[in-house]
Amino acid sequence: MGRWTEAATAARSAGPPATPLPLSATSLGCGATMASSEEDGTNGGASEASEEKEATGRRRRLGFLATAWLTFYNIAMTAGWLVLAIAMVRFYMEKGTHRGLYKSIQKTLKFFQTFALLEIVHCLIGIVPTSVLVTGVQVSSRIFMVWLVTHSIKPVQNEESVVLFLVSWTVTEITRYSFYTFSLLDHLPYFIKWARYNFFIILYPVGVAGELLTIYAALPYVKKTGMFSIRLPNKYNVSFDYYYFLLITMASYIPLFPQLYFHMLRQRRKVLHGEVIIEKDD
Amino acid sequence: RKHAGVEILDAKTREKLCFLDKVEPQATIAEIKNLFTKTHPQWYPARQSLRLDPKGRSLKDEDVLQKLPVGTTATLYFRDLGAQISWVTVFLTEYAGPLFIYLLFYFRVPFIYGHKYDFTSSRHSVVHLACICHSFHYVKRLLETLFVHRFSHGTMPLRNIFKNCTYYWGFAAWMAYYINHPLYTPPTYGAQQVKLALAIFVICQLGNFSIHMALRDLRPAGSKTRKIPYPTKNPFTWLFLLVSCPNYTYEVGSWIGFAIMTQCLPVALFSLVGFTQMTIWAKGKHRSYLKEFRDYPPLRMPIVPFLL
Repeated sequence: MGRWTEAATAARSAGPPATPLPLSATSLGCGATMASSEEDGTNGGASEASEEKEATGRRRRLGFLATAWLTFYNIAMTAGWLVLAIAMVRFYMEKGTHRGLYKSIQKTLKFFQTFALLEIVHCLIGIVPTSVLVTGVQVSSRIFMVWLVTHSIKPVQNEESVVLFLVSWTVTEITRYSFYTFSLLDHLPYFIKWARYNFFIILYPVGVAGELLTIYAALPYVKKTGMFSIRLPNKYNVSFDYYYFLLITMASYIPLFPQLYFHMLRQRRKVLHGEVIIEKDD
Repeated sequence: RKHAGVEILDAKTREKLCFLDKVEPQATIAEIKNLFTKTHPQWYPARQSLRLDPKGRSLKDEDVLQKLPVGTTATLYFRDLGAQISWVTVFLTEYAGPLFIYLLFYFRVPFIYGHKYDFTSSRHSVVHLACICHSFHYVKRLLETLFVHRFSHGTMPLRNIFKNCTYYWGFAAWMAYYINHPLYTPPTYGAQQVKLALAIFVICQLGNFSIHMALRDLRPAGSKTRKIPYPTKNPFTWLFLLVSCPNYTYEVGSWIGFAIMTQCLPVALFSLVGFTQMTIWAKGKHRSYLKEFRDYPPLRMPIVPFLL
């Protein structure tokens, strides 16, 4: 349960990501100043007030520069995903179909999703209290979907499943980044917190479904073309089959998704309903 | 000299689990753990963590009740460490696996490669040499576990055995698959490369063994004393002048040698992952040496001379 328990721990530090893929649950901690006390699990019945107080407390230890940068970063990301959302809605209103939707927004999507790699750096330099490994895994899985699936496997771009995860990611990220922004500005409207801890209930499974269906749709093309694969013999005596790699990736959702989903449900009960939950020892 | 009472509470729920009266003041934590097991047999001593503070450090087995900051009734907090397994068992299982698994691939047992290759033999001499080296490495590890190492802990959590075996067995299978593959490509620089690699491998295996022996001699059987390791007459131990954990240095060296010998990328990746893990361990060990000994030699680095 190693790193996924860590993921759970990180999830506590910034609330559940409300994202589709457990792997794509892009950073739970990065950009946030969520209570480090949530991370060590002592924040059992955190009320909204104490949560915000903790957030302030943590921020006071952050330098001015770090706070300014994180505020800028989170505002920029909120704006970016908002732009994406609007572009998607406009496209659908004008064209009435999802075909060509991905192509029309791909540059913006790639830009903002790739920019999120910075969240790993935030954790590395310590201005965000989440583990580098957890954030790395989460951001990587988003990068994987964008660059190694939808960008590289053109035939899947018009699948409906792509819209499914795009919508899920967009709503999630807007909620998440605005949550962080408001936390940093010390003025968190309850409805943002509510959104953050409730949207995931639907968005998470929807996003996972979108991602899995997209990967599934890509399989025949990958098998036929043998893309991204290395065959024997070669002088480094290694081989790689992208088709099997995708199958294994799909299979990995089975153990990972339920864990993260149920963890987030528990977090939600703690934060929104003040339940005191005694965690089972690892 | 009065008998003490010891109450044991659950560290998380604060529930009173047990009260031991008439405990000798000179009783050790180990003895208290044994008494506790009597009332809660599912929690054998190895699984018990007893502490003075629910969030504090675990008390050691050797600690004496009398010497602890407690009143006539001592309150100890209990935490269940989970099912435990002995270190020796874990090591033997982790190492026996790769030994056996590699041989399955070497002998091209059916269902691994195509049927026409079943039980055939590679025509490359380096493949045979690699099998000897890999097997030697794990036989050495098994023998060291049985006869050389002195473990400071008796047990570790049970889940570790699954984690560790997946790592060792998985990588062994992955490496062995390619090295023993009918389409294996021997090293680019031929016999020269293999000879150099073999020399590195042998030197590092001897080095690693020398360090294990030196560490064993540092601590008499049954004691838990800790001393600074120093170079001995054996030249392989002179690496102690430059690093705290030369056993890890030599171990990485062996695998680098094996990677050069087989020119196999999975072996290089295994070396890299191993190096990362051993560096973390070496840094930890180095830090605890520095904390414990004021006169610790300043020239030493944790694992790589002068660098890391």
